[in-house]
Amino acid sequence: MNPLLSCRDLSRSFGALKAVDAVDLTVHAGTRHALIGPNGAGKSTLLKLLTGLLRPDSGTVHLGGQDITRLSEVKRSRLGLSQTMQQVSLFPSMTVAENVALAVRRHRGGTISALPARRGPRRHVDRQVDRLLTDAGLRNRDTLPVSALSHGEAKQVELALALACEPRLLLLDEPGAGMSPAESARLTELVLHLPAEITVLFIEHDLDLVFALATEVTVLHLGKVLLTGAPGDIRDDPRVQEAYLGTSRRADLFTTPPPTSGEPRVPTRP
Amino acid sequence: MGSWFEANLVSVLNGGAIGCLLFILAIGLSLVFGMMNVLNLAHGAVFLAGAFIGWRIGGESPTWGTFALAVGAATLLGLLAGAVLSAMTEPLRNRSHLDQALLTLGIALVAAELLSMTFGNDVRATNAPPGLDGTVPVLGTDYPVYRLFLIAAGLLLAVTAWLVVSRTAAGAVIRATVADREMVSAIGIDDRKVKLAVFAVGSALAAVAGVLGGPVYGARPGLDSTVLILALVVVVIGGLGSVKGALIGALVIGQIESLGRALFAEAASFILFGALAVVLVLRPQGLFGRADMAGAPR
Amino acid sequence: MSAPADIAAPAEGEPRKPPPVRVLVSVLAAVLLAAAPLFLAPYAISTLTRMLVFGLLAASLALLVGVSGLPSLGHAAYFGAGAYAAGWFAQNVSAQAPLSLLVAAFTGGFVAAATGWIAVRARGVFFLMLTLAIGEIVHQVADSWESVTGGSNGLYGIPATEVGGAAITNVGVLHWYVLAAFGGGFAVLWAVKASPFGAALRGIHDNEPRMRSIGYPTSLYKYAVFVVAGTVAGLAGGLLAAQQRLVTPADLGFTTAALALLAVIIGGARSLWGACLGAALVIFVRDSIGPSLDGHGPLLLGVVFILVVYLMPNGVAGIRIGRGKGGGKP
Ligand SMILES: Nc1ncnc2c1ncn2[C@@H]1O[C@H](COP(=O)(O)OP(=O)(O)OP(=O)(O)O)[C@@H](O)[C@H]1O
Ligand SMILES: [Mg+2]
Repeated sequence: MNPLLSCRDLSRSFGALKAVDAVDLTVHAGTRHALIGPNGAGKSTLLKLLTGLLRPDSGTVHLGGQDITRLSEVKRSRLGLSQTMQQVSLFPSMTVAENVALAVRRHRGGTISALPARRGPRRHVDRQVDRLLTDAGLRNRDTLPVSALSHGEAKQVELALALACEPRLLLLDEPGAGMSPAESARLTELVLHLPAEITVLFIEHDLDLVFALATEVTVLHLGKVLLTGAPGDIRDDPRVQEAYLGTSRRADLFTTPPPTSGEPRVPTRP
Repeated sequence: MGSWFEANLVSVLNGGAIGCLLFILAIGLSLVFGMMNVLNLAHGAVFLAGAFIGWRIGGESPTWGTFALAVGAATLLGLLAGAVLSAMTEPLRNRSHLDQALLTLGIALVAAELLSMTFGNDVRATNAPPGLDGTVPVLGTDYPVYRLFLIAAGLLLAVTAWLVVSRTAAGAVIRATVADREMVSAIGIDDRKVKLAVFAVGSALAAVAGVLGGPVYGARPGLDSTVLILALVVVVIGGLGSVKGALIGALVIGQIESLGRALFAEAASFILFGALAVVLVLRPQGLFGRADMAGAPR
Repeated sequence: MSAPADIAAPAEGEPRKPPPVRVLVSVLAAVLLAAAPLFLAPYAISTLTRMLVFGLLAASLALLVGVSGLPSLGHAAYFGAGAYAAGWFAQNVSAQAPLSLLVAAFTGGFVAAATGWIAVRARGVFFLMLTLAIGEIVHQVADSWESVTGGSNGLYGIPATEVGGAAITNVGVLHWYVLAAFGGGFAVLWAVKASPFGAALRGIHDNEPRMRSIGYPTSLYKYAVFVVAGTVAGLAGGLLAAQQRLVTPADLGFTTAALALLAVIIGGARSLWGACLGAALVIFVRDSIGPSLDGHGPLLLGVVFILVVYLMPNGVAGIRIGRGKGGGKP
């Protein structure tokens, strides 16, 4: 298997806190790679280092063999790195379709014209927007302003927006958090049916979702990689249970209800 | 080099004096923004009010008594103006910077207009108090003592401000508020009281700077926006919320204003812009500013 | 938010067919403006012409403030730069019809390009401080560069614009000349706003960090729109020189910038037409009650600013606090 993304010795501190500490991570093309770990483990920070939203203190990031450590977030996006944020981050004055169209135009429509669009390219963009919204289950929501959506729907728009960027590597930060069971099921469907050219690296607290989707799992703890392996191996590893619960009571770990984002979950780092 | 320096010594010293005035002015602006996240564009008007008070109380030739009285009155007026500004901006706490800027601009326009209605449109020049109104020979040139006094006063204030901010309990609150305002209110310090205090002290400094600046600039309409812009440039160059930045920025801009104008008359404004541009292209957050305040990538 | 007229604007995803009422109103307005010289008195025509000039300035500012979320306090600098350039060109080179306007537009764009980069890289309050400082510095340049600008006296005795050798001295003809240029400038602004580029600008206004993460180089976009707005403001300045035949430092001073901003706010910030109507109102008030204020116009302006800020609880430009709130901010 060839690595699509690999980072070596990646570190980032906030003051005295080493949020990400010498992380080595390889994501192979075509995999569904889950990143798990307790609250404050540094998962979101790691993702931000990958997208370029944050600058690393040290270490390198390669995408498809190219060193992207020094590239801006914009350039990385153009190279096929796309993400959804843990907190919903959309364009509140626009409709659902307009939100997605912004990304479609940037990644598929060619240049961003400063003249009102002609009919041809416009329809092309519209069709792609329709397809993405249909896939995300938002077909009948397209003319609503995003500020009128429920939280779960807004997260689906996030996903459609990320997919509209035509990613090679899709990074999802807790895509299922705050979704209803039905929405979460649709999300699972959507991610499962993504074409194999799209590699996915996702953070998720809902371990049922993790084991339903992931082909590979990395556990992060206190900013360091605890281990990486197949889902089955992870499930049985005592170190993982210890990291999560501070106990080795396996039963607790896998019957914890899916936590909702934002609430404190034990154990938290200072 | 030596002869160049001698020839331009007066300009260099003038620049130092202007720089010290700007520092006093800028530090209030910088702290009010750095701590309270409010851009106070009425700051220049407070300075001008101070200058007019100096003239009104001291007349053209103040004695030490009237000069001290003017400084006291300006301090009081500044404290009061700061309190009013703090109260007026309070309802805009959750509004955009543009709204706050427009409000303080509106206040500045009204205040400047009221001042010109009260004091007229002439330049109201004042002299320095006795003892400071003469000149001393400096390297063969006669130089006004008062400007040396300004430099000394500015440096003294810089040291005081630095000591207060870095060594005292109040300074600790100031630094903590600059760093993380929510955290400070979370530990039970009343955000509004801090704001009131900072506004009041900042405005009092501006008003006193006005009295001190009277003998240099002369109180006149339009002076408010001139000094406001210079103070803004100082703050932008130095970095918001930083005492050290305000000092360095003020000294640099003081030299550009004085030496630049002496050497390049017509082009001085270009130089001012050039300095601003160079600093901001290299460091968008200013020399000593924190990156996240300017929204730079981290 | 504060732009009710714009909520009805066609959604981005739909075929852009303006509702017939809007087309009708636009056509009617254009016809009325064009026909005005036929039935108005000369003084009223001049006022109307001034409204057009100032309206174009306000509309260019609305593209920055309302559409792109770039609240510039120094936009008059580019207006004034255009006015000086046009006046200087007409005096020293040629007063032939469109030439001085082209020079004005180019100069406005050039000065915006020279000063805009440091402004657009700054966020939030830094942008306000920088645009205010830049505007004031350009004002100082106009005031002190006597050999070119005439210093505080300004440029006076600018020759009337000539068309094919004949000078335009008739106020009605001048009005048509200004109207035509206004139409051109406004069309540019409208096209930019309605284009995919304009949609990206709205996205930047809404949530700049997210725009970067989906691959838009936002600083470049902001720079581009800053230069476009500066160019159109320069064109408006050229029209000012053509009409007043006098340019003074006050034309690029802070009061002009503040009046333009007021026009934009009155017009609902996001709407170009709204800004023009706001400008008409501002000019009307300034021209009709200004003289009776005995030089205390700034007092009224200040009071109006204070009132406007307090009376618009949603914010004057509908710009939310903590831009990108609800996400984006790591
Ligand atoms: N901008 C920041 N400044 C300071 N500290 C930060 C910042 N961002 C994150 N941290 C700290 O870094 C650590 C890792 O945070 P991160 O958000 O990466 O954790 P996480 O694994 O995503 O947790 P969660 O599951 O709660 O989302 C935390 O202790 C957090 O408080
Ligand atoms: Mg997280």
